[in-house]
Amino acid sequence: MSDLAWIDAALTSARPQAIGALLRYFRDLDTAEEAYQDACLRALKSWPQNGPPRDPASWLIMVGRNAALDVVRKKSRQTELPPEETISDVDDVETPMAERLDGSHYRDDILRLMFICCHPELPPSQQIALALRIVSGLSIKQIAKAFLVGEAAMEQRITRAKARIARADTPFETPGPVERSERLAAVAEMVYLVFNEGYSSRSGEAEARAPLCEEAIRIARLLLKLFQTEPEIMGLTALLLLTHARARARFDADGEAVLLDDQDRALWDRSTIAEGLALIDKAMRHRRPGPYQVQAAVAALHGRAARAEDTDWAQIEALYANLEIMRPSPVVTLNRAVAVSKARGADEALAMIEPLAAQLSGYFYFFGAKGAFLLQLGRTGEAREAFDQAIALANTAPEAAHIRRELDRLMKDSAAVGT
Amino acid sequence: MLYALLCYNSEETVFSWSKDEETAVMGRLAVVCERLEHQGKLGPSLRLMPTTAATTLRKSDPPMVIDGPFAETKEQLLGFYILDCTDLEEALAVAGDLGEANPGGAYEIRPLLVYNQGGLGAEALGG
Repeated sequence: MSDLAWIDAALTSARPQAIGALLRYFRDLDTAEEAYQDACLRALKSWPQNGPPRDPASWLIMVGRNAALDVVRKKSRQTELPPEETISDVDDVETPMAERLDGSHYRDDILRLMFICCHPELPPSQQIALALRIVSGLSIKQIAKAFLVGEAAMEQRITRAKARIARADTPFETPGPVERSERLAAVAEMVYLVFNEGYSSRSGEAEARAPLCEEAIRIARLLLKLFQTEPEIMGLTALLLLTHARARARFDADGEAVLLDDQDRALWDRSTIAEGLALIDKAMRHRRPGPYQVQAAVAALHGRAARAEDTDWAQIEALYANLEIMRPSPVVTLNRAVAVSKARGADEALAMIEPLAAQLSGYFYFFGAKGAFLLQLGRTGEAREAFDQAIALANTAPEAAHIRRELDRLMKDSAAVGT
Repeated sequence: MLYALLCYNSEETVFSWSKDEETAVMGRLAVVCERLEHQGKLGPSLRLMPTTAATTLRKSDPPMVIDGPFAETKEQLLGFYILDCTDLEEALAVAGDLGEANPGGAYEIRPLLVYNQGGLGAEALGG
């Protein structure tokens, strides 16, 4: 591999730890980012000549910190000295690097860096954009491309989000166990959002947005490395891997969305599935189930099924029943009903979704599923009505096209019955 | 003489490779491996899943199962087994049996991502 490619990969992977530590020293995100940038420029000069350092993150933290301190000192000659407490830890420059960079310390640094992106006042789209900028180090251009918006709009969105968190009280003290697990839950949710932003793409957009999914997986793996015994982080990582593994089969050659049942499973990425299965396996041993693990377990059952008809729908229904208890929502019940229709028949499934009608009256999938259940029961007139409602609510052309195909099939079948 | 070649690198860095880099590295490796296989010098080669997929069985009394890779540096890598098990539970049971027969130290159970059988001749394998 060329020097530059290696350095690029090393800088990317060291970024969360380096900026996280610099943020702890300087307690200001802009200063931390500038210090990191400075260190990266020096790395590009120094590493090709002197060889890569043993620990790139430590190197970047040291160099970045010294560079930023120089700037602070220069400024202080022109203006008054900054109060000592605004720069923490300045007196430990001489302590050995290894001591300061022990595992638990940088774990909280990275978690904090991720956590400030999850500020509850930031709308999800800003949280995601901010995380991609700060934690992943994607350029504004890359993020704008993935969000399918202009660069200027994205720049503004990120600037606003940064201004918002600059006003917030960033928690710099080392968190206690409860605080830490709350932060971890918020960060996990943010990683899930990043993934979903990439995954809920329409046909033709999938390629542009795929980097979001890959980045979410990279952050999830990093989180898992920091919190190796957390079953929900294993579950989250497994869920993302198992879902992403199906990416290549989600759209056909014409860009039409392909339903899970109809996907060409030869296109699924087997090694990604294998990693997801290994992680959910690990998670289950803890007997501490949570929503990510349950969803990952559903994805695992799909991943294990060689053909759609081999899917263990009874088990999937049991998992959704669990999820209903953990996170009750009409959408979860709808998913459970789909599993019920496969495992035990559409009669029961239809009865199960009747009470959801009011809550899901604007939801495309509700009418799609209802139509499919009615069709299974031979109630074609009502099925057609439901499918018409689904088409009216479809958000994307492939969604509408999919329902139209169902309708076409229905028309053909009823024509055949008529003859 | 049979040699094992153990691959070490920074996991974070390797996982930060771009797709192009990954493809380029794999392409270059394939050239070397093909030559070695042709010469009958290449036995099984394998790629491990990330350390996040690892579980460690400490062969203490009683044995202890720990999430994550084997992290101590006092012990040395002395050998390894390749197992074909349905799940982690079964792999842990096998590790438990082996551990009873040979206490002390630890087994790290790490799922394999890729396993290529290679093409060592019977002579190399002592046949």
